[in-house]
Amino acid sequence: MTDLYHSQRAMRRMRKLAMDRGVIAILDVGSSKVACLVLRFDGIAPRGGVEQMGALAGQSRFRVIGAATTRSRGIRFGEIHGMNEAERAIRTALQAAQKMAQVRVDQVIACFSGGEPRSYGLDGQVTVLDDAVAEQDVARVLAACDMPEIGANREVLHAQPVNFALDHRSGLVDPRGQVGHRLACDMHMLTVDGGAVQNLVHCIKRCDLEPAGLASSAYAAGISALVEDEQELGAACIDLGGGATGISIFIKKHMIYADSVRMGGEHVTSDISKGLHVPLSTAERIKTLYGGVVATGMDDREMIDLGGDSGDYETDSRSVSRAELIGIMRPRVEEILEEVRARLDAAGFEHLPSQRIVLTGGGSQIPGLDGLAARILGNQVRLGRPLRVHGLPQSATGPGFAALVGLCLFAAQPQDEWWDFEMPMDRYPARSLKRAVRWFKENW
Amino acid sequence: MRPLSPPSFRDPAPSRWAYRAQRLWLTPFVRKAVLKGLPLVVLAAIPAIWLADADRRAAIGDSLAEFRRDIETRPEFMVKLLVIEGASAPIDREIRATVPLNLPASSFDLDLEAMRQAVTALDAVKSAELRIRSGGVLEMKIQQREAALVWRSRDGLSLLDAEGRRVAALDSRESRADLPLIAGDGAETAAPEAMALFAAAAPISERVRGLVRMGERRWDVVLDRDQRILLPETGAVAALERVIALEDVSGMLARDIVAVDLRNPSRPTLRLAPAAIEDFRKIQTTQAGAVN
Repeated sequence: MTDLYHSQRAMRRMRKLAMDRGVIAILDVGSSKVACLVLRFDGIAPRGGVEQMGALAGQSRFRVIGAATTRSRGIRFGEIHGMNEAERAIRTALQAAQKMAQVRVDQVIACFSGGEPRSYGLDGQVTVLDDAVAEQDVARVLAACDMPEIGANREVLHAQPVNFALDHRSGLVDPRGQVGHRLACDMHMLTVDGGAVQNLVHCIKRCDLEPAGLASSAYAAGISALVEDEQELGAACIDLGGGATGISIFIKKHMIYADSVRMGGEHVTSDISKGLHVPLSTAERIKTLYGGVVATGMDDREMIDLGGDSGDYETDSRSVSRAELIGIMRPRVEEILEEVRARLDAAGFEHLPSQRIVLTGGGSQIPGLDGLAARILGNQVRLGRPLRVHGLPQSATGPGFAALVGLCLFAAQPQDEWWDFEMPMDRYPARSLKRAVRWFKENW
Repeated sequence: MRPLSPPSFRDPAPSRWAYRAQRLWLTPFVRKAVLKGLPLVVLAAIPAIWLADADRRAAIGDSLAEFRRDIETRPEFMVKLLVIEGASAPIDREIRATVPLNLPASSFDLDLEAMRQAVTALDAVKSAELRIRSGGVLEMKIQQREAALVWRSRDGLSLLDAEGRRVAALDSRESRADLPLIAGDGAETAAPEAMALFAAAAPISERVRGLVRMGERRWDVVLDRDQRILLPETGAVAALERVIALEDVSGMLARDIVAVDLRNPSRPTLRLAPAAIEDFRKIQTTQAGAVN
């Protein structure tokens, strides 16, 4: 736990370094594609030296100067499955993005969807030392949150305070400077499998890069696909990825729950491949060109040539109707959505004031998905696309790039993770210079 | 049936070294070094390698020297004549002997400062001014030392100028009878004072034979009839003027006096000749009324 805390702080330092240099890479390690963006920060200093939300939600601060996508290899269910292959895929994407940007990047922020994310809600409370709440009190209350049993070999990926309460007043965003006695806070913590994180960090380091931050792609997709009022009022973002489907629930602009279903578009493809006896590449092609989830009478008459080069005429001249294809795809898509429904129910999504659900990710491009999802998940379903950011190429504006764009915003926005706050005094090493400086500051 | 040619699989991923090379190439410092530094290095290396051969360097040095020689020996830069102004004939000869010039010579080869120093090192030359005039003439303006004193030293007679610098040797006193005479060791160092004394002694100049430096510290004025005026170390001129004033008033020096001693200015002393002392006693006795 402490190790991870310190490694997250080290990554934060890396991120600051990259911001000072002005260039950082954004990497989305997905099961079907590895995408990389190179961002240039235009040196707009935060006002008053304090990190805060800039204009356009911080988007005006950066510009995409390099973008590259490559088919991913060695990655399954959003986790690294073959190190060498995954490293090659990451290298390909990074090299192309660097070439486009004509600049060398050394720090990278990465996101991934696997690792079986689990959410925990923590709370803690302390008595305020002075009359008003100071930075140290915030640090102490965060440290006072009781740590649940997260299991062996699990690592904390996100730990964000979502709510502060001061005496009888709750729902405070920033309690600093307010007068009160008892400060309490609620924190959302997301843990993932330690091995998945270590593999990813190892792959990044083998590409001569320094990890400057890690994020769950469900969280990143939520940042970019949910519009501001949805984040404020409460909404769930379903990121239908290739190997895993991420779920994140936002309310009051904080993520309060995240989970993932280990099923995605690749399972649909493999169903088609098995059902129609065609290679995976052909299955992928006919899925993207002719796929759907709602069959109509027209679809019975639309025949799809399967092709093939087996040399056998009967096999190579097969064709299926679109209705048959839909018949294969629909049960799997339904299964994924039902699994998502189960996760949302387990999280207590129905108790939220707003039942908005946003579908994004590459899988959300299946025609008719919104109708099917409305039947399973509820009426307030819409398809979400990521925000538009400066300089993003047209080819990277589809819903499949929601996590990537969200990660850009994650990099540009001020961070509110636990490790971005000040460290409580008693956690400093006993002989630390900072501790001495702080003591002087407080006593004079 | 398998297809006749296996599907060509080309890995789109860059190799680790290609990736590193690209990153290296995108490093600004390396980029600048290669794009700007390398051509400069090559441009500098070509002549450096060519010049690494000693023979080539020598050949270039020779041709450069020859070219320089060509320019220096152009008639515009040649000095054909040495003109000496302001020097009498023997000094002119002496200067020409001192400064060996192989005329015509290039003006680049002439070291005027060295020549000037050699010329001013001569006794008779007070200062020299050298310049190369157009038309290939080396002009030397000489200011001679003017002989003002004759100095009789242990080595013989020599001429001194007003500052006591030696001008030339002298064969006999008669050849420069017009100049005053000084004698004694160290007389030349006090030549300016001697000049001042001679100037002060102008009213009795026909009687002055010369000055003698005594003990290298003070002057004696030697008059004819072996009279001497012994002057103090300091204020010699004032003391001499005092003697001349006395002479004016009383014609003192015309009397039978051997020496006027002013070495102690507060107590001037007269030394009479032996016969005068006798006379003086007689007169004193007579005036006292002691008749015997």
